[in-house]
Amino acid sequence: MDTTDLLEIAERERAARTPRRLRCCTAAGCLSQNGQALKAALIEAVKTAGLTDSVEVVGVGCMGLCSQGPLVQVDPDGPLYEKVTPDQAPAIVAALNEPSAPADDVRVGDPTHPFFAKQVPVVLQNSGKINPERIESYIEVGGYQALCTAVREMQPLEVCELITASGLRGRGGAGYPTGLKWSTVAKTESDRKFVVCNADEGDPGAFMDRSVLESDPHRIIEGMAIAAYAVGASQGFVYVRGEYPLAISRLKTAISQARRLGVLGAGVFETRFDFRVDIRIGAGAFVCGEETALMRSIEGHRGTPRPRPPFPAAKGLWGCPTLINNVETLANIPAIVANGPEWFAGLGTGKSAGTKVFALAGKIKNTGLIEVPMGTTLRTIVEEMGGGVPGGGSVKAVQTGGPSGGCIPAEHLDTPVDYESLAQLGSIMGSGGMIVMDESDNMVDVARFFMEFCMDESCGKCVPCRAGTVQIHHLLTKLRSGKGTARDLDVLRELCEMVKQTSLCGLGQSAPNPVLSTLRYFHNEYDTLLNDPMTPATKPLQTSTETR
Amino acid sequence: MARMKVATVWFGGCSGCHMSFLDLDEFLIDLAAQVDIVYSPVADVKEYPSHVDICLIEGAVANDEHVELAHLIRQNTDIIIAFGDCAVTGNVTAMRNPLGTIEPILQKVYVEAATLHGRIPFEKGIVPQLLDRVLPLHQVIEVDAYLPGCPPPAERIKAVLVKALSGEPLTLEGSDLKPG
Amino acid sequence: MAVKTLTIDGKHVSARDDQTILQTAREAGIRIPTLCDLPGVGPLGACRLCLVEVTGVPKLLPACVTVVQEGMEVQTNTERLRRYRLMIVELLFAERNHVCSVCVANNHCELQDRAMEIGMTHSRFAYQFPKLDVDTTHGRFGIDHNRCILCSRCVRVCDEIEGAHTWDVSGRGANARVITDMNVPWGEAASCTSCGKCVQACPTGAIFRIGATVAELEKDRTQLSFIVNARENKQWLG
Repeated sequence: MDTTDLLEIAERERAARTPRRLRCCTAAGCLSQNGQALKAALIEAVKTAGLTDSVEVVGVGCMGLCSQGPLVQVDPDGPLYEKVTPDQAPAIVAALNEPSAPADDVRVGDPTHPFFAKQVPVVLQNSGKINPERIESYIEVGGYQALCTAVREMQPLEVCELITASGLRGRGGAGYPTGLKWSTVAKTESDRKFVVCNADEGDPGAFMDRSVLESDPHRIIEGMAIAAYAVGASQGFVYVRGEYPLAISRLKTAISQARRLGVLGAGVFETRFDFRVDIRIGAGAFVCGEETALMRSIEGHRGTPRPRPPFPAAKGLWGCPTLINNVETLANIPAIVANGPEWFAGLGTGKSAGTKVFALAGKIKNTGLIEVPMGTTLRTIVEEMGGGVPGGGSVKAVQTGGPSGGCIPAEHLDTPVDYESLAQLGSIMGSGGMIVMDESDNMVDVARFFMEFCMDESCGKCVPCRAGTVQIHHLLTKLRSGKGTARDLDVLRELCEMVKQTSLCGLGQSAPNPVLSTLRYFHNEYDTLLNDPMTPATKPLQTSTETR
Repeated sequence: MARMKVATVWFGGCSGCHMSFLDLDEFLIDLAAQVDIVYSPVADVKEYPSHVDICLIEGAVANDEHVELAHLIRQNTDIIIAFGDCAVTGNVTAMRNPLGTIEPILQKVYVEAATLHGRIPFEKGIVPQLLDRVLPLHQVIEVDAYLPGCPPPAERIKAVLVKALSGEPLTLEGSDLKPG
Repeated sequence: MAVKTLTIDGKHVSARDDQTILQTAREAGIRIPTLCDLPGVGPLGACRLCLVEVTGVPKLLPACVTVVQEGMEVQTNTERLRRYRLMIVELLFAERNHVCSVCVANNHCELQDRAMEIGMTHSRFAYQFPKLDVDTTHGRFGIDHNRCILCSRCVRVCDEIEGAHTWDVSGRGANARVITDMNVPWGEAASCTSCGKCVQACPTGAIFRIGATVAELEKDRTQLSFIVNARENKQWLG
């Protein structure tokens, strides 16, 4: 197996293509809206029309605009149909004869809409285009070429240097330089090393990683294999949450296909590099997305974090040096190796290279997945691409980073999205969840929602997180019900600071962020809830709808 | 100089703190020389006076009468001291809290456990209504100082009173903070 | 073995290069409050009382797991640390039902000792008053979850010294509980050897000897260090 073989497979795949194709989304978003029945109806309609030789119905991954699903795209250059129902299948097939006129009575999407036009797909390059259940489909678009180049033509340290030069930073939330992490593991001497893909995506409203795994699983395997070669690991784990059955099944299929083709296993691409990948399924604990807890879970123990240092790069799985990267980080790797570090560094801003995938949710018209260059402003994302608040209301705040992030008020919508700018506003890039709030949302409720999440997900190991989140939640509930006092607000503030500073792992250290950021930007919403300390609660519950 | 007006109050507690107060022995005589006890379970005064300098409150807040009196005391008193573990933490009085709200508890105690004429005592204006949750004093009113112990040893009570009489801050340290 | 020199609270101290800040401070007579730490078993870093400030490190570091470094400047008792420690103890008292006056471990309780040492007058946090079980099925020992602070000393002592691993933690957050075997009553836990090390290790009155009454439960930690010394220093082999 080498580059020529890959090109041959790609050629065969292209030759087998029918002149026209109907790409039908089979990722979780569209499947939940009857996408499976739609795909079956399209296949049936093609058969009935006698077009099986010239039209193929292809199940593909996510096309992004989940709010308008199920989606069907006609290839080449045909219309994108939205909210398609199975009974519309014959009309869509009938319209294939006249390329310029789409089917009547089926909603057609506008490919020039900023939602599509402003995207720069790198991670999502193949999403919605290839069949995620066939390795040939991935190879057809150039898949595994990067891995082949890396293992056959480059030294491991060269690969690390290439990633360093690209400026890629971890997409799991903290933004640690990926190249630096790789070189650290590469330089740590050990007979045994591991590579782990963290696919325990758990932030409420975030589904970037799920989509990549469902739409382009080979990309992750290729990224992991390149990483393993670069750091000197021979075994990898994908730690994926149990709530993602489709992602798990597609990953399993992808791993066995890759093994059969000799892309994984002993002697990858006929070199001396061996790499096997196994899947480990999470059991529903958010904290297992924290790397030390994740490793405990892979080892078969109770998934609780431990103090760092030692970092996984020095002491990871079973005490061996371990590289842990998030799904999106690894999904960038094949593209960087294929196109070169300069290309990647050219995307985005100076300190935040490349693109970022965001999951738009909340009070926004176009919910779904987008991928934009770093440095795109929040306003472009929310108002132009996302279409703003449905019904024309105004955006009050944007929450980024999930339960570890913060709320950014509308006045800062012109902030460019990069690691430093978001941190400066008291939020974080996070893994890519972006929840939009409008004027009807009470910010104390927002803070309370996220605190409830953290309280439920705290593993209970360290005192500040276990007991502190309970008390923060209690104080927010008390304030929200109009029984809180100015003293309660002081205690809340002091407790948030303490939980942030003293908790053992990232979950507890970042749990107070939604409270702290709403206290910072929406203080009046807390103040209006205050009660006089010496009188019993008589004030009615107030919902603040004031603009700032 | 005007004599200091001191009150002691007994909420949801066993009166052990007051017993410990009486264990002050001869210091009680010194105390009597310096202060007036204007309100106390050991002095038969019906109304809480309009101005009190220092009030020691024993017991947790367990019924609606306690809540009402606590607010009155706060209005009329300069320095309030949570006197003993029940006032500071809820202590034994609050041990009914994990059992849930008050109705089922009263039902169990006064009806199910009764051998004859079981009924929940109730007389509006005479029998105070129990709260669903027993609370430490500082969760009902602002408290100025804490005097822990079950009961606080007489020496500890004396230490606080001496500080109070000389106008020093009412802070305790080390073993004087031991609950239980 | 290399020796490191560092300062703790301005005092120059030396330490072996594998020692933690906590061990070094103890040798130098500098007191850092702890709760989950138990000499003889592995450190956990979970109670967060031993957090210290180290010059040049933005985060607070747990002294029990942080190994000394040359030239380190450690502060163990700043105003900020005292404030955090006070809140940690207040949180623990509000979390479960710690009623010292009727506790077997009254006067012999490390949680009570820390409260005094740190200067807790009262807990500013709302008492949670959870309804928790007391398991006395073992016959000789009992576990009162009302007093448990989840320090996991019992888990570690049972696993690391006795080798039975009868104890573990189940559930998460406020619902976390120490359990015996696969969450069966202690009396039915087949792996328990009834050695009683967990009773000696428990810092509060959570794990107790049945028959001990209020304030009677004195722990003898020297039993644990005796065994650990015997094992690590081979003192029984002569």
